[in-house]
Amino acid sequence: MKRFAELIKTLDSTNKTNEKVKALAEYFVMANDTDKVWTIAILSHRRPPRPVNTTLLREWAAELANIPLWLFEESYHIVGDLAETIALIIPSSTNSTEKSLTHFLDEMIALKPKTEDEKKTYLFYNWEQLNYYERFVFTKLITGGFRIGVSQKLMTKALAKATQLDEDVLAYKLMGNWNPSTISFQDLILEEKESDYLSKPYPFYLAYALEETPEDLGSVSNWSAEHKWDGIRAQVIVRNDEIFIWSRGEELVTDKYPEFQKFIGNIPNGTVLDGELLPYPNGEIGTFNDLQTRIGRKTVSKSLLEKTPVILKAYDLLEWDGKDIRSKNYLERRQLLEQLNKEKTKSRAIENSFLLSERLQFKSWDEVTKERARSREMRSEGLMLKHNHSPYQVGRKKGDWWKWKVEPLTIDAVLTYAMRGHGRRSNLFTDYTFALWQTNEDGEKELVTFAKAYSGLTDTEFREVDAWIKKNTLERFGPVRSVTPHHVFEIAFEGIALSKRHKSGVATRFPRILKWRKDKKIEEANTLEDLRSLIPNAVKESHK
Amino acid sequence: MKSPLLQFTEKGIYCEAAKVYLDPWRPVDKAIISHGHSDHSRWGHKQYITHHRNIPIIKHRLGHITVSGKDWGETFLINGVKFSLHPAGHIIGSSQIRVEHKGEVWVFTGDYKIEDDGLCTPYENVKCHTFITECTFGLPAFKWLPQSEVFNEINAWWSQNQAEGKTSVLFGYSLGKAQRLLKHLDTSIGKIYTHGAVENMTNVVRPLVDLPETYLITRETKKEELRGNMVVAPPSAHGSTWIRKMVPFVTATASGWMAFRGARRRRAIDKGFVLSDHCDWSGLLESIKATGAEKVICTHGYTEIFSRYLGELGYDARTESTQYEGEISEISASETENVEVS
Repeated sequence: MKRFAELIKTLDSTNKTNEKVKALAEYFVMANDTDKVWTIAILSHRRPPRPVNTTLLREWAAELANIPLWLFEESYHIVGDLAETIALIIPSSTNSTEKSLTHFLDEMIALKPKTEDEKKTYLFYNWEQLNYYERFVFTKLITGGFRIGVSQKLMTKALAKATQLDEDVLAYKLMGNWNPSTISFQDLILEEKESDYLSKPYPFYLAYALEETPEDLGSVSNWSAEHKWDGIRAQVIVRNDEIFIWSRGEELVTDKYPEFQKFIGNIPNGTVLDGELLPYPNGEIGTFNDLQTRIGRKTVSKSLLEKTPVILKAYDLLEWDGKDIRSKNYLERRQLLEQLNKEKTKSRAIENSFLLSERLQFKSWDEVTKERARSREMRSEGLMLKHNHSPYQVGRKKGDWWKWKVEPLTIDAVLTYAMRGHGRRSNLFTDYTFALWQTNEDGEKELVTFAKAYSGLTDTEFREVDAWIKKNTLERFGPVRSVTPHHVFEIAFEGIALSKRHKSGVATRFPRILKWRKDKKIEEANTLEDLRSLIPNAVKESHK
Repeated sequence: MKSPLLQFTEKGIYCEAAKVYLDPWRPVDKAIISHGHSDHSRWGHKQYITHHRNIPIIKHRLGHITVSGKDWGETFLINGVKFSLHPAGHIIGSSQIRVEHKGEVWVFTGDYKIEDDGLCTPYENVKCHTFITECTFGLPAFKWLPQSEVFNEINAWWSQNQAEGKTSVLFGYSLGKAQRLLKHLDTSIGKIYTHGAVENMTNVVRPLVDLPETYLITRETKKEELRGNMVVAPPSAHGSTWIRKMVPFVTATASGWMAFRGARRRRAIDKGFVLSDHCDWSGLLESIKATGAEKVICTHGYTEIFSRYLGELGYDARTESTQYEGEISEISASETENVEVS
């Protein structure tokens, strides 16, 4: 545990990726094997079930610190992290523990079925015994994951460095449901299996945003366009009668989308597709909100599958007949893809979950510009421009592929509530709620909440708003404060749809602060009606 | 109804009986000043009264002012009201202000800490009926380690950086924290270089306290001579072009706010040392108890939370809004510049 606490401290105290990889790799060389397995499990969010709920944790921590619960809660709101708050308020100890990480986790697993009294005794004992940082790590293990900027990818990189194994192979080995209590480091990581390579994806080719005008790309006849779909970029691999779906974050998400299991047998082995996973309720592309109901679900209920099925909108073919065809040009690859699409539609089994992302050709850039203007109607974010002779490249590259998104929609709204941020923003009010004007039944103008946003200002501006909020608070509701309506901000967002879940009746996609409109008075902010008028007609129709 | 001995007005804390203000934030005729930080000693008063050790500091900051100096515990009468200054232990020359009239005693702390920092005159507990206290760190999450432990950490960090061939850059407010750092840095490790703001203020207080030799960084200072040594700079130097001269360097901030993981990460500083010139949670509670005061007024910091807790402990506690900023100014100068005064 001492070594693990040191590791967490190091990871937590640097923003530099290289130093994190270095610290992790050193740990993976030095630590004992069971601790390594547990560390991998914890950093890939496979903690054991929480043995004590957070309500009890708060009560007990307040009791041990000899302070009233409300004071604990206030401190928590300001510190912004439960385990950190507990570690800070409990009287300090300078002891350190010799018990291993594995030992602690075994204890925590055994703790779950025990009585409240036993749990309390266990927590009090450890809280009092451990030094500040170990106490923080110990409590973190009980409360939840470590948000210390270590992605699965970063961890895999460090593991590759420590073991000299291939990163993609390791990524695959770490997928799925393995049990850290029973699996050995040898079985999980070191043992080589042929099947490890079966799922191996290709690196995604990513595009930069088009900065200049499309005319600068030369003759339009060299280019194709596709709509830029707003879902999850994914690679679908069918090999040896198995299917693997990788998200762009290089996360294996096969189990989350069971509708694609029927690709097996209907799409030939040795096929790798690049495309977008999109929600498809009522036989048409849904909004990102629809997709949100599927992301994060590990098990998908039958009713959810029926209500919000997911489809693959395929745009490229990377492997065909077991051969890597990425060096073929875009038109050749598309031809094979379109042929596959034609043949597979004979199979009714998959026609509902495999769709082609249409390749569009234009005679002039003007036509392309017009097509782009239709993006919101088409439920896309804009266009992708792809050079007809481009190979499928590795990573983010300039030149052959460009994304040309539509300009965000914007509206001027009034700041009404603020909440403290978390992590590096704890103790600063950086999470804001914005409202628009609406005339109520009595003919009075009132502000109605429409969106929350917490990005888009500079650190200096955040501090300025923070200081203002602290001096202009009307009411406090735990971590949230209502403030005097005074400041107007220009809010940008990518998409907009009617929503029953929102008080305003409108949901916006990816709202963020574009500009602090110090020049505007709150009376000059927009109305809810202005916001509704931005909803494209096609989207309105489908909700009727 | 008799008005209270000290009132909170739009100009500052006012003693009507003596017609004098304590640490006022708007220009007044007569001001008693607790200490030299800019939120307590402001420009524009006709007459300043303060501890004589604070005089060189506020003269350095405010230029030509009319000021009279007092000793610790020396009583002086203004319109029949008895005043005296007592050590607050916050920075050099920092005082609590004791006010006595018709048998009633009030104490205004300004800013204070109870640990003896080996530099300024240690905090003295003063009995009173009403205690006006800061509570910058008035949350149970704040607990300071003894400064000897913190300085062991700081010096170990310096040694390690030196071993790696790097320059250590340590941020601390140029008045107070910087001198405390200088006092306890281990000069057997290397030389201490300073930013101009730190050097100027340090030279002002050198006649008052014993501090190690420092070297001002100038245009002529070579990168090579800095390597392995220590640089003490105000927080505003972080991210400036000035600091590029130090490459390769590592940064650290010494502040009470460094107790929070988020605070350090937010500032993109490599290392945070928890070192404050204010009381921690138990320091506040102990000193309040020791004053014997029944009434407590909280002026700045986590005032609402702290006074509510004092109320539960049985004190007659309330908050008053002032324009004092506590340790905000130690984080980054730019943060205070942007604070809107409402």
